[in-house]
Amino acid sequence: MEVVRFTLNGDPVEAGVRAGETLVQTLRERFGLTGTKQGCDLGDCGACTVLFDGEPVLSCLVLAADAEGHSVVTIEGLSNGEELHPVQKAFLDEGAVQCGYCTPGMVLTTTALLDANPDPTEAEIRRALSGNLCRCTGYTKIVRAVRRAAEASRADGRGGE
Amino acid sequence: MATCKYDWPEAGGRELVGKRIDRIDGPEKASGRAKYTYDTHRPGLLIAKLLTCPYAHAKIKSIDISPAQSLPGVKAVLVIQDAGSEIQWAGDEIVAVAAVNEDIAEDARRRIKVEYEQLPHLVREEDLERAQANGRTKPAGEETVGDPNKAFQDPDVVISKGFYGIPVITHCCLEAHGNVAEWTDAKTLKTWSSTQNVSGLPGQIGAGLRRQKVNVDDSNIETVCQYIGGGFGSKVFSRPWGIVAAQLAKMAGKPVKLMLDRDAELEIAGARPSAFAKISVAAKKDGTLAAWDSESWGTGGVGPAGHPPLPYVLQPPNTHWKHTMVAANIGPSRAWRAPNHPQGCLLTMGALDDLAAKLEMDPVEFLMKNVHLAPKLLTKIYSEELQKAAELAEWKKNWHPRGDKTPGHTKRGMGVSLHTWGGRGHTSTCNVIVRPDGSVTVRLGSQDLGTGTRTVIAISVAETFGLPVEAVKVEIGDSKYPPDGASGGSTTVGGVSASTRRGAVDALGELFAAVAPSLGVPPDQLEAHLGLIRVKGDASKSLTWKQACSKLGVKTIQTTGRNPGPCHLNDSGVGGVQIADVSVDTETGQVKVNRMVAAQDCGLIIDLKTAESQVYGALIMGICYSLFEEKIMDETLGQMLNPNMEFYKLAGIGDIGELVVHMMTGPGYDERGVIGLGEPPVISPGAAISNAVANAIGVRVPTLPLTPDRVLAALDKGGLA
Ligand code: FES
Ligand code: FES
Repeated sequence: MEVVRFTLNGDPVEAGVRAGETLVQTLRERFGLTGTKQGCDLGDCGACTVLFDGEPVLSCLVLAADAEGHSVVTIEGLSNGEELHPVQKAFLDEGAVQCGYCTPGMVLTTTALLDANPDPTEAEIRRALSGNLCRCTGYTKIVRAVRRAAEASRADGRGGE
Repeated sequence: MATCKYDWPEAGGRELVGKRIDRIDGPEKASGRAKYTYDTHRPGLLIAKLLTCPYAHAKIKSIDISPAQSLPGVKAVLVIQDAGSEIQWAGDEIVAVAAVNEDIAEDARRRIKVEYEQLPHLVREEDLERAQANGRTKPAGEETVGDPNKAFQDPDVVISKGFYGIPVITHCCLEAHGNVAEWTDAKTLKTWSSTQNVSGLPGQIGAGLRRQKVNVDDSNIETVCQYIGGGFGSKVFSRPWGIVAAQLAKMAGKPVKLMLDRDAELEIAGARPSAFAKISVAAKKDGTLAAWDSESWGTGGVGPAGHPPLPYVLQPPNTHWKHTMVAANIGPSRAWRAPNHPQGCLLTMGALDDLAAKLEMDPVEFLMKNVHLAPKLLTKIYSEELQKAAELAEWKKNWHPRGDKTPGHTKRGMGVSLHTWGGRGHTSTCNVIVRPDGSVTVRLGSQDLGTGTRTVIAISVAETFGLPVEAVKVEIGDSKYPPDGASGGSTTVGGVSASTRRGAVDALGELFAAVAPSLGVPPDQLEAHLGLIRVKGDASKSLTWKQACSKLGVKTIQTTGRNPGPCHLNDSGVGGVQIADVSVDTETGQVKVNRMVAAQDCGLIIDLKTAESQVYGALIMGICYSLFEEKIMDETLGQMLNPNMEFYKLAGIGDIGELVVHMMTGPGYDERGVIGLGEPPVISPGAAISNAVANAIGVRVPTLPLTPDRVLAALDKGGLA
């Protein structure tokens, strides 16, 4: 066991982790944050995406120990209590959620994209989300949701404009 | 006017049915609060791992589990198939271990020693003669209608002959198969299962356990599934792991979680049977279909599998088909969205498209000419859909005779296909509960696969009560609720919308009886509208929903709604037409989908938004299996070469072009009642895209997926290159 200390959804936390324990295991098993999904555990599907210092990473490929001193945001950290983040809302409004298993990863990747680039082109949206696989919903609706979220956050004065 | 008491309201009287309504469980999913089976945690939970067989065909000589048993942290080791058993596919489950954490379970699994005697296997089936020579074939049906021999000899017909194929693919649900099992006392089992069949699972698990000499009554098993990360047909039955988790939990006296690893998920948790065929098809010079002959084969593993319906939808007057099953040592088949139809569709629509090209006919016109050969119910639907889809795809402007003659190495092509499905609502029971405080609950042992079941139920009840969707609390996903059918074959929406409509109409009747005295009219003079219970034709006499419910005093209304039942609420049999517009790079062999158009009917639509979502999703799944997906088996190793999501390729967001979805609604469609939609739109993409590629490059790429190597090989054989 090794102790790691990091910021999780804005709060300082610490946890004892096994050697070789991945961040997705720590988040799900030690912190009960099961909004971070496991699809493949091999870095192929994007379901386990979390924000690591604001950048999307695949938490199944990150060792928990490497979170030491960093900031991690999971899907649970995005909404403000009952109030959803504009990206989450846009996904609902566009019907971009079906079974929902890929949704947390999609939403977090989108959030990072819009933070860095508040007005992405369609090609940029597709590139940013290329590592997030969805087996059931129309990617079409996801692209629309990202556009809607971008518009909403620009109108809101978020996202640097 | 509605003539039967449970009938859906007439078009003008619908407040919710048919509108675009957000799914009611969307916020749970988007916020990460939704708990899937994979997310289930119980105090003292053990993690189980499966040791599987590495060989495609083998006999177990010996098993030694003692090195695993002695490992600290291991709580149970179960031999699933013992020495002497014959194993028929790589990945079959041999031993399961449960330990205090995943690392120890892994370690324990590695320590188990199994000795096998390898036996001869066959894992590839495209070569029928080879399969025959290996004694791996079995006749699976043959039928002759009319006189095909004579029809093919008619000097006035044009004949096209070809070979077509569609390989085994897997379901690849994003949430793997699996479950958590906990004995809450010696006789009572609770499972959290990733299942499409909440009500049916306890019976399956009970039977499985009793076969293993674990004594349990079905009535003492409860299955829960609130959220599921995809099923697509593969999660209807509890497979060995459903029983194994419960056995391990019993042995260890602790709850056990057994979820498949991704490689096992792809190897053993679902395969769509393959289909290959040599086809001859003939038409008169004017394009009227005259005769069909096909010799087809495919595999669904070593056991039986269905066969594709051939010829698909359009039945020429003279037909002969013969199908052979190949017993291949691959993981067993499971129902995959629209079982057998995508195969039948690709084989038939590919062959018809080649015939149209030979006749130098526009394929849309060719299909129009032959829609009279479709089941009577569908001919008008197909004509309208062909027209609509052609218009949306700008067919007249974009289509050209086979082989894009424009210079350069990017060739564009258009392809069309049509399909059908049944989709009658399944057997369903529900309770509708109205309390004196005005709260409304509806309960049934159904499940929401992401298709919108919860939302559809809420709409059906809210529409009946004249309430907003949010006013209805929907409780599903637990076998303790009234039993509902499995979600398979596009049967759920038809089933649950009808049972809940009937239950709600009866509940409203009871409410009317309770409030009629205070409004001074007989109950049959009341109606529910926009949150009010009011006197028909006299809106001044009304009570709010809450006021009305308070008249119940201390009585709670609880009714039971059923499907099937009286009045015409649902039906079976839909048609759909799809058009693909693709570009093919003749230097790299890469196929790009520019646009897919779908015109789809499903009778009366309950929620237009989730219905459209189903079609978008189906188109994308269709693009996946048309361009990328294949369970690649290695004949030497007998193993699957791509059991991971890196090499078992699914389309990503960048691989999808523009998708245009048009739902056929209104007169001629709505009055048929509700018909299922999950399966039909996934049927045509393979054929439409394959036909579009042939139209672009001037030659048929015979088998899916249309990977660059296959496209280049077809071009080498005589395309435009
Ligand atoms: S679970 Fe991490 S990428 Fe799939
Ligand atoms: S919504 Fe099911 S995997 Fe994306």
